[in-house]
Amino acid sequence: MLLLMPSILPAQMNTIRVGAKHFNEGYILSEMIALLLEDGGFSVERKFNLGGTAVSFEALRNNAIDVYPEYTGTIASEILKYDQRLKIGELNAKLKLLDLEISAPYGFDNTYALLIDSVLSKKHAIRKISDLQHHAYLTLGLSYEFLKRKDGWENLAQFYVLPQQPTALEHGLAYQAILEHKIDVTDAYSTDGEIEKYHLVLLDDDKNFFPQYEAVSFYGRRLPAEAKKLLQKLEGAISQDDMQRLNALALFNSVDHRKIAFDFLVQKGLINNKTYTTIADARAILEKTWVHLQLTLLALICSILVAVPLGMLIYRYSYMSRVVLYITGILQTIPSIALLALMIPVLGIGMLPAVIALFLYALLPILRNTVMGLVSVDPVLKNVATAIGLSPWNKLRLVEFPMAFPAILGGIRTAAVINIGTATLAAFIGAGGLGEFIVSGLALNNTTLILQGAIPSALLAILMELIFEGIQWLAVPKHMQQNSST
Amino acid sequence: MEKTKTAISLFEITHRFAEQLVLSGITAFLEKDQITAILGKSGSGKSTLLHIINGLVQPDHGSIRIFEQPIDYRKMDSLRLQIGYVVQQVGLFPHMNVQQNISLLGKIRHQSTEAIHARVTQLLKMVQLPLPYLNKYPHELSGGEQQRVGICRAMFLNPPILLMDEPFGSLDYETKRHIYKNLLTIQKTEPRTIIIVTHDWDEAITLSDRFLWIEGAKIKDRGNKTDLEKLKKAIFS
Repeated sequence: MLLLMPSILPAQMNTIRVGAKHFNEGYILSEMIALLLEDGGFSVERKFNLGGTAVSFEALRNNAIDVYPEYTGTIASEILKYDQRLKIGELNAKLKLLDLEISAPYGFDNTYALLIDSVLSKKHAIRKISDLQHHAYLTLGLSYEFLKRKDGWENLAQFYVLPQQPTALEHGLAYQAILEHKIDVTDAYSTDGEIEKYHLVLLDDDKNFFPQYEAVSFYGRRLPAEAKKLLQKLEGAISQDDMQRLNALALFNSVDHRKIAFDFLVQKGLINNKTYTTIADARAILEKTWVHLQLTLLALICSILVAVPLGMLIYRYSYMSRVVLYITGILQTIPSIALLALMIPVLGIGMLPAVIALFLYALLPILRNTVMGLVSVDPVLKNVATAIGLSPWNKLRLVEFPMAFPAILGGIRTAAVINIGTATLAAFIGAGGLGEFIVSGLALNNTTLILQGAIPSALLAILMELIFEGIQWLAVPKHMQQNSST
Repeated sequence: MEKTKTAISLFEITHRFAEQLVLSGITAFLEKDQITAILGKSGSGKSTLLHIINGLVQPDHGSIRIFEQPIDYRKMDSLRLQIGYVVQQVGLFPHMNVQQNISLLGKIRHQSTEAIHARVTQLLKMVQLPLPYLNKYPHELSGGEQQRVGICRAMFLNPPILLMDEPFGSLDYETKRHIYKNLLTIQKTEPRTIIIVTHDWDEAITLSDRFLWIEGAKIKDRGNKTDLEKLKKAIFS
């Protein structure tokens, strides 16, 4: 138990924990931050895969991470809930109340933008959004999100007086549609890697309709001054074209985010150490597997300590059984990702909420098998135990529990295997483990990465089965083993 | 009948089982250190009578006294340690080997390993089972062997009362005779109150000092060994 504890405690401050939002640009910028800090002599813990804005911000505010890259527009609208554009100084004045701070912008603006096919752009000289006014025949295919947002189509059309009637389509299909000339104009993020690759033209927001989403470093005010100074190197260092190109490298060439960030920093002369070191994949997998096992086993041990005695109580006082089994049954029906999300407001992010969620999931199989195992002990033997003079406690201890043990062990085994699977989702709330590979693999559509998480966790599940097979072989008399398959 | 010689008093015991009258107005005084056979067809309520003596079943009406004390159902556990019980279905615990099954009650009373071993050996000899059987599990034994282990378990604490429900049912003739002999020998040296439920009249005649014949939920006849022999002749010839 003690061995498992340290990673739940917050890390020391001489290690800086860097977070990341899970999309290519988020990872690349976070790697830049991490590499700069490492180059300046800090040790860095990469707490990537924090999911979206809500989780990352929560993590920063609760000191689960020390710094991550964020966008000014997001900070204004989603975190501070301000509608109007705020300058860096204004943002910082408000963030100070939260003991947080942002750096000066990196130099690019990842905002909503409209894209047009380059041939059309040249042919009709359409370079600005206001140019669209005079080309009512253009087909606009816009994402559902853009059609709904406050800074989306409706207000944009009003603002620029645009005559077109857009059609709605899934954002993932928009690039395909524009390449096949099914649509002429679509919405996108201004740093999308596809823009350069597909030779699309970004229409200039000439009347400044869109809010600015300038990338900045977002950190707690207690971040060491030397670290803040290192991060200043990013200010004004990344242009819109740079970011598009870096995103394209990740998207189309599947270059490792760390490598992309490293090459860029070297090229710009921002770091001194020019030898690229990769974290050995095998080591990374081993480390995450270890965290995964810690999560699973810690939750499992807690579940056993609670569910087995509780099962015995329920069996003794059967009127309790329905209530308790219903409650644990309900817990089981909550989708794992929802249960994990529910933990965030209460317990923040990291290992603790994940362990608690896994603990709750492991309760039912163990509890149910304990009760069922005890109930299904041959009634003749229960009677005999009473008849020969065993007290209720001795009867439970010497007869009922040992006879129910194979079933209880089966429940623990089920819980262990379920937990190994569910623990992959714990990565969504920053608990680490093999889920980190899977979550980032899914976010980046990178199958190799998904497999790096999926295969070890499958192996872990098989290993767990084998271990329990072994325990059963050792602890249960051979002739009673057929009872254990539940 | 002298009061001091009564081990178990049953007074006006009436009991129904799912609306069915199984025992009706049973009054009997079972003598101390005697073997009493309870005879009757299956379903005649014989086993229920043992359950009532053991406190597993509380009768609808009537009272039971054991060694002159009314049964205190809150303190059954300690009373039951005074009452060995050989149940009809044998009921050996499958997760314990023969040694563990026999010595279970010794273990909860924290007897020493040596004392346990000595007693187990003695009991196995009585029921004619070889010592290596100690390490076998119940499923490895024949029905008759299991029954004999069940008898050893019931006798382990040397209880002053021994209830036996069809204890020799699946034993072959030779083994039966041997155990009868041993039981009667022990009964001479260390007598105890034994109640045997059986449907075997010859067994009852061989073993018992007295008998109760239950039929139709009532005591149809009772008496000593001579009475039983006469009754058997009258019925079966």
